[in-house]
Amino acid sequence: MNTRAKAPSETTVVVGMSGGVDSSVTAHLLKEQGYNVIGIFMKNWDDTDENGFCTATEDYEDVIAVANQIGIPYYAVNFEKEYWDKVFTYFLDEYKLGRTPNPDVMCNKEIKFKAFLDHAMRLGADFVATGHYARAVYEDGEHKLLRGVDANKDQTYFLNQLSQEQIAKAMFPIGHMEKSEVRRIAEEANLATAKKKDSTGICFIGERNFKQFLGQYLPAQPGEMRTLDGNVMGRHDGLMYYTMGQRHGLGIGGDGEPWFVVGKNLEENILYVDQGFHNELLYSEGLLASDVSWTSERPVGETFRCTAKFRYRQQDTTVTVRVLEDGLDVSFDERQRAITPGQAVVFYDGDICLGGATIDAAYKAGERLAYLA
Amino acid sequence: MNYFDHSATTPMRPEVLEAMTPYLLEQYGNPSSVHAAGRSARAAIDKARRQIAQELNAKPTELIFTSGGTESDNYAIFGAAEAAREKGRHLITTRFEHHAVLHAFEELEKQGYDVTYLDVPDTGVVSMAALQEAVREDTTLVSIMFGNNEVGTIQPIAAFGQFLRERGILFHTDAVQVFGKQAIDVEALQVDLLSASGHKINGPKGIGLLYVRTGVKLAPQTFGGEQERKRRAGTENVPGIVGLAKALELMIAERDQQQDHIKQLRNVLLTRLDESGVTYEVNGVEGLPNVLNLYFPRIEIEPFLIMLDMRQMAVSSGSACTAGSVEPSHVLSAMYGEDERTRASVRISFGHGNELAQVELLAQALQDVVKSFQN
Repeated sequence: MNTRAKAPSETTVVVGMSGGVDSSVTAHLLKEQGYNVIGIFMKNWDDTDENGFCTATEDYEDVIAVANQIGIPYYAVNFEKEYWDKVFTYFLDEYKLGRTPNPDVMCNKEIKFKAFLDHAMRLGADFVATGHYARAVYEDGEHKLLRGVDANKDQTYFLNQLSQEQIAKAMFPIGHMEKSEVRRIAEEANLATAKKKDSTGICFIGERNFKQFLGQYLPAQPGEMRTLDGNVMGRHDGLMYYTMGQRHGLGIGGDGEPWFVVGKNLEENILYVDQGFHNELLYSEGLLASDVSWTSERPVGETFRCTAKFRYRQQDTTVTVRVLEDGLDVSFDERQRAITPGQAVVFYDGDICLGGATIDAAYKAGERLAYLA
Repeated sequence: MNYFDHSATTPMRPEVLEAMTPYLLEQYGNPSSVHAAGRSARAAIDKARRQIAQELNAKPTELIFTSGGTESDNYAIFGAAEAAREKGRHLITTRFEHHAVLHAFEELEKQGYDVTYLDVPDTGVVSMAALQEAVREDTTLVSIMFGNNEVGTIQPIAAFGQFLRERGILFHTDAVQVFGKQAIDVEALQVDLLSASGHKINGPKGIGLLYVRTGVKLAPQTFGGEQERKRRAGTENVPGIVGLAKALELMIAERDQQQDHIKQLRNVLLTRLDESGVTYEVNGVEGLPNVLNLYFPRIEIEPFLIMLDMRQMAVSSGSACTAGSVEPSHVLSAMYGEDERTRASVRISFGHGNELAQVELLAQALQDVVKSFQN
């Protein structure tokens, strides 16, 4: 049933406010449209440094300023424990397995659209709204997730794990806008965050050095860097610091084409490298994935064609998806470079985001790529 | 809005504003000035000082006006510790003081002082035995609050005062929650330093006082003009001081009647909760009648407070961290240790303006919200 039929003035929307411009404009637009809006800041991570500085404090100050400007009540909620248990633990576990996790996907699935959604519903909210560049619509008897109109900013890749029930409760008021439009609205409304810089990177790492951060939580085991033929090319600092297709930070000099990461051997702690951006070892014809989530059910055995993305900033590519008992088999129309286990594969039908899964392996000529962690 | 957070702050009484207004608009002189405008401001301060001194059984010269409870606590603690530095470096306080006291002592620890933090039993009343055990040859200052701001329990200040006076150890008490609500006699209590504040008694924000017994040496903490007998630099907050005295005067005049009224409100609330069948416990033994701290097993404090706010009920819990989320109460942690209670308790503090009908609404709202967690 479409619950969006209630009049705005009868509808309570809890906005997840991060202190950034996108969620500020989200709250502002809903308020303008006459909704009963409540702003809630999620504190998911404590990064208080030795000087007592904490990014969450600064961000919450911005939430307060904006909420008071637009005239809505604001609160904060602490999800540090949930975030640690559901997102950060997963993040570390994946690195331990030599994979490259996507904590933003997990954060949306477990925190923003679970812990936070539950919290909002408990307060009597009809919907939660966020400043994601995506659209939620109700069409043909089901809730659909659509790409954000700003192709550069579309965030459905990170929202791929949302279910019917979650999309049904979600509002994305800036999903039909370009980022420049969002900034313009913030400036016109003179919102305190209008000129605030966009946050970059993973929320708990922020501007810090990624390698240093990871090293605080996982013991790094340096080892050998080799070619698949067995030539030792140098040392690596720990397999977790490298991802498939990576060029930077290898420190291999000499003549010829640049060197790239082409595989990892976890048992022997070896990082495999080879030359050339288009090195054959980086290419595959299909992938296997698990942790599948469809916005609407897909029966086991079904095969269908659609487009897919294997990382966030990437063009779509055409694929054939086969729904297996325990996951997916996705074969590519064109060979793909550097398919990376741990990252999400996300499926689309035009603008509709169909769902997604976590990449486990890539294959070529019917064989799983060896040394792909 | 139904306001039950009077331990946080209170609405100012119109009579207080009325008393202050002339000193904001017409008699705006600087009390240090050598002209008529200055003299009339000075006269107003002196009158207020005499009036407040009388209530405390102190000499007018023993009162220093400050910007509030925090400054008074800080001045007493840093000033006394520093002045007695050569005599000794051992200080005593309790684990459930207001942060204005606790954080001051933590800072002194960083400066090389040795601080003993007395444990607090689950009654919320610090024992004489604990204090006796903690004092040493080199103890120079003890600071123990009079009435706790979260649970309302009253400490046996007079007994502590007598014990410490005999040993020549300075004794400070943070009386912010008690000032005005109960008669305070600094001579009977044998305290050397006592902090109080204006905005907890329907006076203005930004005004407080520190009682400093004659002969007690405090190292100055502000440097500038020679106001307050060279003990607190800075132009006096004349309207604030006048407002503080007026607020205290109203508190005293209505005290007995108001205390009876508040006891009745408290009893009605507890009776309604008993009737409703929700599970709860009162934290700490009964002290200040206007402070009621209730533990509701199984509630989640953050949504709980929001749900009450959405029902136009203003209550509080623990303290908010700078990023807004609710931290477990250090007061309840001191009393109960690691316990769910430190995250599932709420403080209801009554005050001037609370009526029976509001308390009935509060009882209903509490019952609805608590049941949504407990059922």
